[in-house]
Amino acid sequence: MTLLGAQTKLGQFGSSDWSWVLNILFYVIFIVFIFYGQRIQMYVMLREVEVSLYKLKFIKEEGRKIAIETIKEIGKPQTDPTEKVDRFLEYFTIGPQNLDPAGIVLKLEHILDVRDTRFKDEVKSMAPASDETQVNNLENTLEAASALNFIYKVIRHYYLLGKKTLSLYVIMQIQMILPLVMREAEAYASAEKAFAYGQPIGDGAGALVAGKLMHGYETRKIAKDCVVATVPYDGRTAFVIKAEGPGGNVGKPGDAIKAVIEENEGKIAMVVMIDAALKLEGEELGEVAEGVGAAIGGPGVDQYKIEETLVKYHIPINAVVIKEDVGDAVSPLRKEEFDSADKVLVRVKQVVMEKTKEGDKVIIAGIGNTIGIGQ
Amino acid sequence: MNETSGNSGSATTSKISSFVILVVFITLALSLVALIFAAAIVGKYFNVGNDLTGAYVLLALGILGVAICTYVLIETRRRLSKLKIVVPPVMTTIECRKCGVKNVRDFQRGDYIFKETEPCQKCNDKMLITAIYREVKEKEKERFPF
Repeated sequence: MTLLGAQTKLGQFGSSDWSWVLNILFYVIFIVFIFYGQRIQMYVMLREVEVSLYKLKFIKEEGRKIAIETIKEIGKPQTDPTEKVDRFLEYFTIGPQNLDPAGIVLKLEHILDVRDTRFKDEVKSMAPASDETQVNNLENTLEAASALNFIYKVIRHYYLLGKKTLSLYVIMQIQMILPLVMREAEAYASAEKAFAYGQPIGDGAGALVAGKLMHGYETRKIAKDCVVATVPYDGRTAFVIKAEGPGGNVGKPGDAIKAVIEENEGKIAMVVMIDAALKLEGEELGEVAEGVGAAIGGPGVDQYKIEETLVKYHIPINAVVIKEDVGDAVSPLRKEEFDSADKVLVRVKQVVMEKTKEGDKVIIAGIGNTIGIGQ
Repeated sequence: MNETSGNSGSATTSKISSFVILVVFITLALSLVALIFAAAIVGKYFNVGNDLTGAYVLLALGILGVAICTYVLIETRRRLSKLKIVVPPVMTTIECRKCGVKNVRDFQRGDYIFKETEPCQKCNDKMLITAIYREVKEKEKERFPF
């Protein structure tokens, strides 16, 4: 049939003929959607997960590449660290048995200590030329790469499981949480770069405030990876605590606060904790809020120790937090967060002035990863 | 500063399914044919009394097909261009505590807040890194009434 012939035939089609064609087309589509609607919806979801999986794979590969390059650049290893890095990315930690929860916090602490020592030893063997600060930064870099690897593998697992079983519910649950997972993965990717270069991150806002308070005063080590400075504070004595910088670590603020309280035989008028806190959508980045309780994240070991000690000596605890979202918490410090440090200093002063009297001793603890922040 | 510049996507992870591309191009070709047919029919039978419903249906189908194909191609391209980790530049502020000279430069590996750096060019006293941060230029925020 020539092009002209086809045109002629189509041109001769009347409006009633076309309405028949459209009616049949409509019924066919309707019937197809009755029987295959769910399957079509499932394929659309699978496609969406697949696109995100490509992106996650890219982010994970980039993370691995950054880790290997940083180790080669800083650690000057004799052999190629790729194999060791790949092994590191697959490390896992088994939490303690919780059927009998008594003493679980100490068991958890022990496991975390073993993990930390193991990680540091691994990093030292991968990067023999690195100093302590660089070892901490490299450890953080590898942990971020490991987190990306884990996220990728979990999403891949559900994608393949969904494809294998063709179960709408398996696919649906992963598709529904995908935007949040992608946000977290992007945050880790950004964090990895910050760790690799040793840049301060949003989580270090609390450590930054403590650093500002203690800068210029003599510091001493009080617990593992933690320092304290005795600072005169408007007629009071402030024991300012933070993780030891500028390497990337959070220290053991629980042990540090306990040690300072016990050194002073419990004669502490108040503890103020400063930390970064997750903001809700709609709240401003860097917003400062005040409350009571131990402002500290992590697995809970430090919070437990702080609360135990405070209860023992009946010491009140106040908290000042800087609001930020999960992406900002692990990405290089933003100007808004940096500027909030000065607002926090004012708030802490207000709290201490209102709740204590001259001659009292207070503890001010800046919590968070102190990467890129000295003292 | 080249340390914090973004990286571009790799070819292996950003490939598009060839089946999708094939379907898109076949649909595009059919839509264009429909548009040509519609134009030809309208040109030939554009007289009073002639029923042009067929031409209009073809015209609608053609426009719809071209629109869908263009959208799919633009979306695919947009998704691929998103495959990069972009980190905005990080700045380091160095201050002289004695004479107040302030210097802002790109972040360099080894910088940290409260680090003493090179002597001040004005008073020769040691300068101090007082700030390290990144500035993010946010897009115009969506206005909510709450």
